[in-house]
Amino acid sequence: MASNTAEEEEEELTVPPTTTEDYEALFSTTDVELLKRAWRNEKAAPEILRFQSDLINRVTEQIQLMEETVEEKSADNADPLSLSLYQMDLDRTLFLLRSYLRVRIQKIEKCTGDLKKHLEENVLSQLPENYQSILRQSVISEEDDMVPEPQLDTFVLCRSKEYLTGIQLEDGPVDDRQFPYSCIDLVVELDPRLSKKMKSGLTRVDVFLVQVFVNCHYPLM
Amino acid sequence: MAGQSDPELSLFSVEELEFIAEDEMVDIVPNLKMGPLNLISGDFGPFTPQIVTKVPMWLAVALKKRGKCSICPPQWMSVEKLTHVLEAERDSQEMSEQLPFHYVEISRLLFEHARDNIPDVYMVRSLIEDIKDVRFHKVETDLEAFNGRTIAVKIKNLSAMEVNIVRPFIGRALQAFYKHDSPELIPDPEKVSDTRPQVVNNAPREWVFMHLVFAFAEATTKIIMN
Repeated sequence: MASNTAEEEEEELTVPPTTTEDYEALFSTTDVELLKRAWRNEKAAPEILRFQSDLINRVTEQIQLMEETVEEKSADNADPLSLSLYQMDLDRTLFLLRSYLRVRIQKIEKCTGDLKKHLEENVLSQLPENYQSILRQSVISEEDDMVPEPQLDTFVLCRSKEYLTGIQLEDGPVDDRQFPYSCIDLVVELDPRLSKKMKSGLTRVDVFLVQVFVNCHYPLM
Repeated sequence: MAGQSDPELSLFSVEELEFIAEDEMVDIVPNLKMGPLNLISGDFGPFTPQIVTKVPMWLAVALKKRGKCSICPPQWMSVEKLTHVLEAERDSQEMSEQLPFHYVEISRLLFEHARDNIPDVYMVRSLIEDIKDVRFHKVETDLEAFNGRTIAVKIKNLSAMEVNIVRPFIGRALQAFYKHDSPELIPDPEKVSDTRPQVVNNAPREWVFMHLVFAFAEATTKIIMN
């Protein structure tokens, strides 16, 4: 049962929001703002997050349109001041887009065997037979102990975007205290167990700021 | 790449934080006539001399650099208001909520590009420096309360810069606590009698914590010096 809900919630995290948040996003937020949020979240998260393909498509389109506009304007000898402002706006968006993609590439590169062939041919084949595996330290290793994985049970700091009511921590102290994740002032430490529980909430949380700090790793002594 | 942060030190570089803050809105008084700008980040203008209009900080700074506008400093950036804030910050261990999330970056941008638009700029600047110091001292004190037995440390109203500085520290401290506190790593004295004698006490944890506090203090000094 427990693992079941965890999975459902996991799902909820990865599926794009479909409710009020979506509407809010549509009406009150520009794509640049959404991209900025995606960029911040990507930077703050230990794992690689779901690729925001729709958003990236839209932003790329807008960038292309704007590039055309700027070109037309400069061909028309438009006012150089407004032209430079258009260019700045374009550069800022390009920076965000590149930085977002770059963070993702860094994460992928960290955990990939892309250079496998090159490594096998030029390095591993020169090593003693027992050490030729790319995945294992040596033949003695029982599992793939050279494959890096993102550290998923790490801690992230979050800023809640809306009021969240008290959250009961499973491994909390005996008095079952409720922690006020109140106002906009959330500071959360996400423990892997807690994070499962909170992941649905996470879609509403901007991974940026910490305010209430909750530590649930330690059964109190 | 320049401006990219070193994730070990802080999640966002100073430049990246400033980039984020540059989207905050500010009032300007243009001295030129220019039609509306339909940018990717939004529509701004039209610009008419002497008519106040709201634009993002980066746009304000760009116009200001070319001598095309003056920037109206935000309301909190007055000697009177900041004196209040400083008093409030000194009077209580709680962080005051009167300053915006990006107050450090916004004031830095304005000091750099719009000094002549800020009344009593020297006084304002020194007040903000003092507020920054007082606040940071409080954050440090709050974090000292943080050890392996801590359930919750509540620090409200942190600013972007402050969060950015404490984030790597908190993350690593927690990981260290977690590691030294994991049941798999610490033998259970009841079950395990054939392994080493009980080492279950708080010493290693406290030690790690102290160590991190020192590292943290050094890092923040460096950052504040910048």
